[in-house]
Amino acid sequence: MAQAAKPNRRASAFRRCSKVSVCVAILCDYQERMIGDIPAPNSTYAVEAHGLVKTFGDFRAVDGIDIAVPAGSIYGVLGPNGAGKTTLLRTLLGIVDPDEGRRSLLGDSMPLRQARAIGYLPEERGLYPSMKAAEAIAFMGALRGLPLKIGRERAREMLTAHGMGASVDKPIRQLSKGMAQTVQLFGTIVHQPRLIVLDEPFSGLDAINQGKLEALIREQARRGVTVLFSTHVIAHAERLCERIAIIAGGRVRFEGSVSEARDQLRPQVRLRTRSADGSWRRALPAETVADDGAWHFDLPDEGIEPLLRALLDGQAGIESLSIERPGLHDAFVWIAGAAAARRMEEERAEEATA
Amino acid sequence: MKEIFRAALVIARRDFSAVIFSKTFILFLLGPLFPVLIGMAFGGIGEKITTDSLRPVVGLSMTSAEAARMERAYQGLAEQIGPENLPRLRRAPVGDPRVLLGQPDARYFALVSGPLNRPVLTGKAGDLAGLEGDISLIASAALAGEHMPRVRVKKQLVSASTGAEAQSRLFTGRAAQFLIFFLTMLLAGMVLSNLVEEKTNKVIEILAAAVPIDAVFLGKLLAMLGMSFVGILFWGSAVAAGISLFAGPSLTPPAPAIGWPIFLLLSAIYFTMAYALLGSLFLGIGAQAATVREVQTLNMPVTMAQMGVFFFATYAVDHMGSAPEIAATIFPFSSPFAMIARAAQSATLWPHLLAIIWQAAWVSLIIRFGVTLFRRHVLKSGQAQKRSLFRRRSASPS
Repeated sequence: MAQAAKPNRRASAFRRCSKVSVCVAILCDYQERMIGDIPAPNSTYAVEAHGLVKTFGDFRAVDGIDIAVPAGSIYGVLGPNGAGKTTLLRTLLGIVDPDEGRRSLLGDSMPLRQARAIGYLPEERGLYPSMKAAEAIAFMGALRGLPLKIGRERAREMLTAHGMGASVDKPIRQLSKGMAQTVQLFGTIVHQPRLIVLDEPFSGLDAINQGKLEALIREQARRGVTVLFSTHVIAHAERLCERIAIIAGGRVRFEGSVSEARDQLRPQVRLRTRSADGSWRRALPAETVADDGAWHFDLPDEGIEPLLRALLDGQAGIESLSIERPGLHDAFVWIAGAAAARRMEEERAEEATA
Repeated sequence: MKEIFRAALVIARRDFSAVIFSKTFILFLLGPLFPVLIGMAFGGIGEKITTDSLRPVVGLSMTSAEAARMERAYQGLAEQIGPENLPRLRRAPVGDPRVLLGQPDARYFALVSGPLNRPVLTGKAGDLAGLEGDISLIASAALAGEHMPRVRVKKQLVSASTGAEAQSRLFTGRAAQFLIFFLTMLLAGMVLSNLVEEKTNKVIEILAAAVPIDAVFLGKLLAMLGMSFVGILFWGSAVAAGISLFAGPSLTPPAPAIGWPIFLLLSAIYFTMAYALLGSLFLGIGAQAATVREVQTLNMPVTMAQMGVFFFATYAVDHMGSAPEIAATIFPFSSPFAMIARAAQSATLWPHLLAIIWQAAWVSLIIRFGVTLFRRHVLKSGQAQKRSLFRRRSASPS
């Protein structure tokens, strides 16, 4: 874990008498922001956050989030719309400061100091419409310390390799939405960062480009780059991520591997029999439901064998029996749905107390 | 600090190229031509209005012979002191002046009646106050006629006159002050809308994640300053070439106390400072605006504030060493204007060094303040705010 940010004592003292010395406090805040504390070296986590809170008025968009992204991994932040994914990423990147909690990117509590090693694709794509494609990529690299000349060369190579060689010198306004998004993505990685943060990177892309993006993310991870991305489309996370965090209502509801997330739900048994009724029915779990001519229920704690024996003894006439492991989608719906229900309960309780 | 300047230069370079290589930059370069043309056209008309139409007309309700003597005296005086310093005379019917002035077709400010040695001036009290002396002078000259003594003035030349020099330097100071103000007013207001482009295109998110917002602000200021200098170089060269071709060295303004080379250098520095001070303030204010409409609404109070600062500095020029002048040099927004006027009138150099450091400190403080506001109200960073600057309610997060 990275060393916690220790606020500058002098700056804190100045803040206490803020009304008298607003200007001095501003300067101290500036000093703190630019200098900060000494980063912890060689962290095994590329991104860490503890008790992160960000509020907007009365709304707690991020409500005490703990997160740890292992270096070199592909990590997904999953959540329904309005869960606080974007605010979390913006807070981690230092675009906004948290109200409470600590954060660390590449072992540094001041994210901007690591800007050269970070690439960020925001949810709302932004490019200067009059800028040429290669120039836009080079500019984004230059912002993060890459010399413009090298940026231009790399931009040409990337665009050409992606089949966009003809668009190198075209202004952004003349490109399609998908092409512009590709340009922005290349701008995010042109300086060869160690950490890539992508906010809803798949939105607005067609299936082909989504596939290309998945390949690109895998390629980056193969080179040892940490990729942190947010999405509400579970399939991408299921295919790409080694670890995920499911957040809802500004809180982490689950953190672990995709497999662990899927294990949150019991395997589902689907049974189809020739016989509609018989003694074997007593062996089915109580919560069994009948749907589309088949029985559905969770795999019992004791396993499938006792049930199978009862079915055979009771001559149920098994037509088909399948045990399906739940997908990440089911786990996500269950976790996020349960979280939403819990949130509603909490709000109701708060209202009742008030 | 190094990183901020590096990032600022990247942003400045982008902005500068975006403007310089746009078609609208030609309009920007030609922009000053329009007020000059309009000024020339209306200046000519204005001069005519001043010399002819606006001079009061006094009717001569006298006998023909006396009116003729008045007119001859007027001609003689006009040749000596200039017609613009005398009222115009026009013959009027002889009669009761009060009745004549009351007639609907009367076109006189006042009427002179009676004999030349005891002329009567009839008119409204306010009008007569300014005309009494002039009519008395013309009537006296008319009475003296050809016998009026013409005293010859002998000219004696000196190489230096402290009083005249002070007057000339005051003129140079005023001219430089006006020029810096004019350029600042034209150019600093442009930064008001500078961050709207980034906000509209959502580029601000990329910038905020990659570089300190200070660098964004500084880069924007540098870009616009660079653009301003291109315009100033273009027009400065054109004017200098025009003067050397058509007017010669006689049009060179009086030399400032501090000498031309340092004065020109200080002019450039004080323009930069005036621009940076106002520009950083406007950038900070404009950055809070979400739309072009909000920026447009801000234009009027901003221009008025600039005018106020300029009038303060102009007033101070005439009172070197007085409390208002010292206040104008200390107040950061009027300081560049007051200091350039000081450079024209005083050869002391060290106050300029102090003033430049002082102004630069204020530029950085204003940028810092603008950045803090921007982070809090636009990026919604820092402590949670109940209300943003221009919105009644804080925006919802994404």
